[in-house]
Amino acid sequence: MLRYVARRLLHLIPVLLGISFLVFLLVHLVPGDPVRVMLADAGSPEQVERMRRQLGLDRPIHVQYASFVVRAVQGDFGRSIHTRRPVAQEVAFRIPYTVRMAVAATLVAVALGVVLGAIAAMHHQSALDYGTMVVALAGVSLPNFWLGLVLILVFSLHLRWLPPAGADSWLHLILPAVTLGTSSSAIIARLTRSSMLEVLRQDYIRTARAKGVGPRRLVYRHALKNAMIPVVSIVGMQFASLLGGAVIVETVFGWPGIGRLAVDAIFTRDIPVIQAVVLVAAVIFVFMNLLVDLLYGLLDPRIRYG
Amino acid sequence: MMDAGRSHWAIGFSRMRRNRGAAAGAIIVLLFIAASALAPWLTDDDPIQVQFDQRFAPPSVRHPLGTDSFGRDLFSRVLYGGRLSLSVGLIAIVISDAIGIPLGLISGYRGGRFDDVMMRLVDLWLAFPGLLVAIAIVAVLGPGLQNVMIAIGIGGIPGLVRLVRGNVLSVREQEFVDAARATGGGDAHIVRAHIFPNVLAPIVVLTTLRLAGAILSGVGLSFLGLGAQPPSPEWGAIVAEGRAYLREAWWVSTLPGVAIFMTVIGFNLLGDGLRDAFDPRLR
Repeated sequence: MLRYVARRLLHLIPVLLGISFLVFLLVHLVPGDPVRVMLADAGSPEQVERMRRQLGLDRPIHVQYASFVVRAVQGDFGRSIHTRRPVAQEVAFRIPYTVRMAVAATLVAVALGVVLGAIAAMHHQSALDYGTMVVALAGVSLPNFWLGLVLILVFSLHLRWLPPAGADSWLHLILPAVTLGTSSSAIIARLTRSSMLEVLRQDYIRTARAKGVGPRRLVYRHALKNAMIPVVSIVGMQFASLLGGAVIVETVFGWPGIGRLAVDAIFTRDIPVIQAVVLVAAVIFVFMNLLVDLLYGLLDPRIRYG
Repeated sequence: MMDAGRSHWAIGFSRMRRNRGAAAGAIIVLLFIAASALAPWLTDDDPIQVQFDQRFAPPSVRHPLGTDSFGRDLFSRVLYGGRLSLSVGLIAIVISDAIGIPLGLISGYRGGRFDDVMMRLVDLWLAFPGLLVAIAIVAVLGPGLQNVMIAIGIGGIPGLVRLVRGNVLSVREQEFVDAARATGGGDAHIVRAHIFPNVLAPIVVLTTLRLAGAILSGVGLSFLGLGAQPPSPEWGAIVAEGRAYLREAWWVSTLPGVAIFMTVIGFNLLGDGLRDAFDPRLR
């Protein structure tokens, strides 16, 4: 197992290099002169030159990339063009907020999705099954910014149960987590249902049933664990897509995460900030995938690490 | 070959007709497309003209969805906005199809080094969360509806390349491809006349489902202010404009959002129906 983990980590190196190269290229893909774009055409020739030197854009491209990687490994993403503060500091301050929201949203998504999916499978082809799948379809079709606004309208402005914005307490986390987790919960519900139906058809379930195992115990003790194997992989992927969705939900709820940071940076064309956010999100995603693969083995002993 | 192809589509369409969800989806989608196309005949109100004496009128017979902070009729804005929001999704999909399908066909058919390199690139590309790719591209190109289409289009390429390639791999080994080669068909001809028609079904299914996602991404980016700019009546932008007045005029944000929700549900129902009819393996 340890050797497997070590090998997987080793395989990550080229992937991380590739990711860093694409992120590095961002600044060079800006049409025209990136320095002038970032300065919004307002800088004097001296300012433009100073910034070009500061960003290292006056050096050969391979030197620029090497220095980008070396600095990124040390957690140095340069300074924000807009605030002049070190980008790493800004990102490090905001990441815990985004991760907190994404984790809470994942919990909402898994809890809702697995329960709904299991209920639908247990009552296959009944009204409950169809009803649950209609809810799931609605869930994947909801624009999350709109859902967020409707939740604010109902739970904050009318009922006054929950705060509409901010990040001061766990109460502030509820609406953003539900908003962000809804579409994932719908996807997980669909997958849990089909995976569960598959498992319920297996011989060992029939054997258990023949031995007199009750329906509840059959599902919780025997079927659910095996039905969860494909679900685990989708949860990992959903966590990553939540990082993308967080951009919108953070804007709706005034949540001070990296998504909000990225959006603000677009308006000021603060490319170093965008680079850092995209790089961090991609690295989190890659490590999440590794984690999912390792979890697979714990859930399914048939998978051997060679 | 042609007969077999036709019967495959005929079987699919007859399955589609029996699928009530797919029919409902098709009706919803057609309804929204028709309503946007016929906007000038369905409403007399200008979607952009400011009318301050009509500010924040609640929904009524005169203004079915109410008016916004500039007194503009929201029904008219939603109808005209559909043209923008639907086009963003559609053009984004055309961009990714135009690049992704040929790359997937070549990668799957040729195999070898080209395929290896392509798959490495696809894996790398997929390491970035979808919406963040679009945001990074908009950050580079600058905000605007056109750049949003490009960003969403580019973001959709890797998934499509992988799907097309996977299907090509299974078709490539079939006997009719060998037969075409034996009768002297060139590679380009084989891909165009034999491989492509046989991988079209999963592409059509995925395209319909991706349309739903592309529309959602487009309105999302416009909601953030990265796409359509005021006073453009794009759906995401309309919802964003109403945000500040949620307390005094709830309808400005919420009612136009229903249009987005319904359209996306329509495409998802249609896509699910197409999938069940034409490509049950994708379930």
